[in-house]
Amino acid sequence: MINIQNYVQAESLEEAYQLNQKRSGRIIGGMLWMKMARNTIGTAIDLCRLGLDAIEETEEEFSIGAMATLRQLETHPGLNAYTCGAAARAVQDIIGVQFRNMATVGGSIWGRFGFSDVLTLFLAMDTYVELYKGGIIPLETFASMKQDNDILVRILVKKKPGIFVYQAMRMQRTDFPILTCALSQVEGAYRAVIGARPARAMVIRDKQGLLKGGITEDSARAFAAYAAESAPTDSNVRGSAAYRTHLINVLARRSALELGGMNTWN
Amino acid sequence: MELKLTLNGRPVTDHIDPGLLLIDFLRNHGCYSVKRGCETSGCGLCTVLMDGRPILSCSMLAARAAGHSIHTLEGLQEEAADFAGFIADQGADQCGFCNPGFVMNTIALLRENPDPTDDEIRMFLAGNLCRCSGYDGQLRGIRNYLESRRNQNRA
Repeated sequence: MINIQNYVQAESLEEAYQLNQKRSGRIIGGMLWMKMARNTIGTAIDLCRLGLDAIEETEEEFSIGAMATLRQLETHPGLNAYTCGAAARAVQDIIGVQFRNMATVGGSIWGRFGFSDVLTLFLAMDTYVELYKGGIIPLETFASMKQDNDILVRILVKKKPGIFVYQAMRMQRTDFPILTCALSQVEGAYRAVIGARPARAMVIRDKQGLLKGGITEDSARAFAAYAAESAPTDSNVRGSAAYRTHLINVLARRSALELGGMNTWN
Repeated sequence: MELKLTLNGRPVTDHIDPGLLLIDFLRNHGCYSVKRGCETSGCGLCTVLMDGRPILSCSMLAARAAGHSIHTLEGLQEEAADFAGFIADQGADQCGFCNPGFVMNTIALLRENPDPTDDEIRMFLAGNLCRCSGYDGQLRGIRNYLESRRNQNRA
């Protein structure tokens, strides 16, 4: 069980940052994953008083505070209109409403967990993270970085014209996903994001132009096969590497057909 | 450290350890309806309402609840009684251990969505595990409650 010796609700990002430079300091997001660890935290740093718990929408972008919850992603009308409902679909099977009322977007993205539906979703969009010291960088870059002592302040999603589909495979609702798959077409460019491989989500761009001529049964199948070849998979308690590769073929094909308006599985 | 919050409508002040979980704070203050179950944030037994939203008290530091309003089943018995009888009529509970969390989340559901469909009920209550019943009894109970309420409104 986790042991917390001191708790601070930071009054400013600078205070939180300074506390987080000490080895014993830890930023707590929703604290749901962190709670399962067996270690000692000298100072638990809470960002809950910094006004980072909102999703703000402008003409150009969505600005999602690090302390916004997964439930907010699920129920935000503007975000779900923009993502064609993919935001809600990506999170609605994560445990239950109570959990999603606590789990934060910042915690999910900062953790860069392999099983993350949230990371998979946002990698399908033109997404950036704002770090307190590191500035604004593409999410794809952030996802490949190692964790450091910076602070994730917010997620920025540029509202480029696009369509989005999200699919995942679970052994049962509320379990961790065996595989996650998001597919998007943003300003004419297709990209698939495959997560829970079980390694962290990776972006696969349609470099061969398999979907460029339009989405048909054949082009969807070809793109899915390309995605399956491009995404390394591995085995764990939830599924074998071979099964995951098979799932990429299935979910990427279904996602392409759904994106093309030919069928729907959600 | 000092903690001030509102518990079931009453202001409460206490000195707590920084690492105290909300569930332990609540049980220390006599709210024994709040149950400890899985300890992995997955079963919903410890569900309480914070500012009206259902949360898992086993996974939140009590300190984070400072300045907020917490409701447990002890403070919402009248609201719960509206539909809990319908669930009992279906024999939905066997051991009853999941019931307080289940009732708390159903209260949250009905406040947010007063006339949910079966799918909406299943979706909202997916985070409340019951190892006895298979969930159909609870679903029938909520469905019967909604039907009864519709009939009352028509009359």
